[in-house]
Amino acid sequence: MRIFVCIKQVPDSAQIRVHPVTNTIMRQGVPTIINPYDLFGLEEALRLRDRFGGEVTVMTMGPPMASDSLRKALTYGADRAVLLTDRFFAGSDTLATSYALANLIQKASENWGQPDIVFCGKQTIDGDTAQVGPGIARRLGLTQLTYVSSIDEIDPSHGTITVRRRADHGVQVLQSRLPAMITMMEGSNEIRRGRIEDALRAASAEVVQWNAAAAGITDLGHCGLRGSPTVVKKVFAPPSREEKATLVGEGAANPAAVANDLITQIFARQPVLEGDLMHAAARH
Amino acid sequence: MKQNHFDAIVVGAGPSGNAAAYTLAQRGLNVLQIERGEYAGSKNVQGAILYADALEKIIPDFRDEAPLERHIVEQRVWMMDDAGHTGMHHRSDDYNEDKPNRYTILRAQFDKWFSRCVKEAGATVIYETTVTSLMRDASGWVVGVHTDRNGEGITADVVILAEGVNGLVGRTSGLREELKPENVALAVKEMHFLPQEVIDARFNLKGNEGVVIEAMGTITEGMVGTAFLYTNRESISVGIGCMVSDFTDVGQATPHGLLDRFKAHPSIRALLEGSEIKEYAAHLIPEGGYRAIPELVGNGWLVVGDAGHFVNAVHREGSNLAMTTGRLAAETVADIILSGGSCSRHNLAAYVEAVKDSFVMKDMKKYKDIHGFLKKGRHVVDLYPRLMNRAAQTWFRVDGVDKKSKESTIVREAWRARGIGGLMGDAFKLMRAWR
Ligand SMILES: Cc1cc2nc3c(=O)[nH]c(=O)nc-3n(C[C@H](O)[C@H](O)[C@H](O)COP(=O)(O)OP(=O)(O)OC[C@H]3O[C@@H](n4cnc5c(N)ncnc54)[C@H](O)[C@@H]3O)c2cc1C
Repeated sequence: MRIFVCIKQVPDSAQIRVHPVTNTIMRQGVPTIINPYDLFGLEEALRLRDRFGGEVTVMTMGPPMASDSLRKALTYGADRAVLLTDRFFAGSDTLATSYALANLIQKASENWGQPDIVFCGKQTIDGDTAQVGPGIARRLGLTQLTYVSSIDEIDPSHGTITVRRRADHGVQVLQSRLPAMITMMEGSNEIRRGRIEDALRAASAEVVQWNAAAAGITDLGHCGLRGSPTVVKKVFAPPSREEKATLVGEGAANPAAVANDLITQIFARQPVLEGDLMHAAARH
Repeated sequence: MKQNHFDAIVVGAGPSGNAAAYTLAQRGLNVLQIERGEYAGSKNVQGAILYADALEKIIPDFRDEAPLERHIVEQRVWMMDDAGHTGMHHRSDDYNEDKPNRYTILRAQFDKWFSRCVKEAGATVIYETTVTSLMRDASGWVVGVHTDRNGEGITADVVILAEGVNGLVGRTSGLREELKPENVALAVKEMHFLPQEVIDARFNLKGNEGVVIEAMGTITEGMVGTAFLYTNRESISVGIGCMVSDFTDVGQATPHGLLDRFKAHPSIRALLEGSEIKEYAAHLIPEGGYRAIPELVGNGWLVVGDAGHFVNAVHREGSNLAMTTGRLAAETVADIILSGGSCSRHNLAAYVEAVKDSFVMKDMKKYKDIHGFLKKGRHVVDLYPRLMNRAAQTWFRVDGVDKKSKESTIVREAWRARGIGGLMGDAFKLMRAWR
């Protein structure tokens, strides 16, 4: 199977703060991550490749530093990475982004063959629009399977696929044709830890870099700010919600691991506690 | 060549590991560096002083590209009591030179930059991978490492352990002893963000000038330790550290309790006013000195940086010793491998000799007794700062008492507090430890 996975490098929203006085987003020193929703698609792609053979190509449009995220995807086990980067793409909204990515996919298809599946994130944590995946599908004439919670069956030779899709009032079981654009629901799988061989390969692999021209994009009027009709009128910090208690890890197979995770999260938020505990540990 | 075989594996991407990996790659060796954090610097305590010389010997034109915050033009050393401080300030325009000697840096950014240099020099660097143990052959020779990722172990002619103070690999592999509480300090640190102009105005700075404050005294509540404050471009690093054994045996305070008190101290409070705290971190510092330095080489392995206990606590130097030992280890390894030799304990001993010939071991040796002195002479961190501040007050207050009487009051107070024998003894012991 040939699978393309679109990912986006985003600021780690857990670590972004809005300046209390100026109300601007404080980006300084905020680390970047792969949009978490994209990882569900990447893992699904890797599983399909492991089952049916083939290759997984990850791709993104972004600034040169987005290659960090692509390299990370290689560490998880992807076979190839492509970065579309050009100043003409700066300021793209979802329309311009889907235009660029659709062209990127087309160019990649010419080089490495048509994909059976294109995975996109359900949405991004910094834009939250959920429009890019469907935009790509529409532009390339791919079947759209959004909010997929599992892939039940897939028959590459007949080009059919059966998925479960989360809908408003239940679960739909959909049978459809390939090639398809799929967005996976969160929690449908968990990104693997790549093997040491993947980590080594990723460290020395080359990330393919194309600019607009190399990707065959000539109509720059569809790109970046010029190709983006969306206007951001105002950015503001919503008032924070009151904390609510939640029940976590009920009936989990490994409660220790759940607890461990929670403690790590608490420490990340309450570093003072960690210092105290280190101190207490030192006493013993 | 086997697919997973390297000339050298470097464990850790702090200053020592980066110096080693960079030097090896520059010499054309096939190097693998393995870092546990998500990126180099991700596990490192923010805000520090960079000593240019050690880095200059590795990357001569680092100033062109490294993320530097401010160069230091002023050093303040404060003896604090509860109400204030007495101290020495040293400032000179000579420090506004072409190639300044000391800088403040943010470790997360600096380590990331250094790591990029390592990659550009040709080393293979993998992150989010923890070395779990050393791979040995039947004779016990170290031949590679195992990691926490699935897959085979990775082999190399030599493994350089640059894993920092906790040094789990070295400890679990029996190369080093467990850390002793009396040999490590626990330091806590915060980053306080303020606009650049505010920092400039508060500390009398312009351009990229920076200030360092080091303080000791009643702020550590009788424990052996120091507090510090560094100016970065748009933030201030403030922290305090004490020996771990003192937290258990002497003081009742918690590390962050000490830091809170330090920040609220009348001499410090105004400097931090209105700032936004962004990061808090706790970290160990190996401060056992010369006598705590472990075995440094063996068949197929060497130790550099904090893992080798190379920290000069008196001068607050660590990263420069780390970079220097990393470089010296790499030069030794490169000389051996490029001449077709084996990385035996015998051949690697050249690294130990190189360290002994450098400022690193000379300085470690110079202060080998200071540790014991401070442990027994706690009044140095508590009583003397009190006396100094009281003496200063007596001296400067104009209150109708004649100067001669004031002088004898000062002498009498010191005398009463410590006794002539104590005073002389302290001076003598300090002199010996300092020699
Ligand atoms: C609060 C504080 C302030 C300081 N201020 C200064 C200062 O101003 N100036 C100065 O020169 N020094 C300062 N130091 C000391 C300085 O930070 C250290 O001496 C220096 O970082 C040592 O470098 P290193 O490379 O040996 O270790 P580290 O910087 O600790 O790096 C070790 C690296 O190894 C990685 N690692 C560990 N175990 C494994 C494993 N099993 N597998 C893979 N990776 C692993 C870690 O993630 C880490 O990145 C300060 C220290 C502290 C705590």
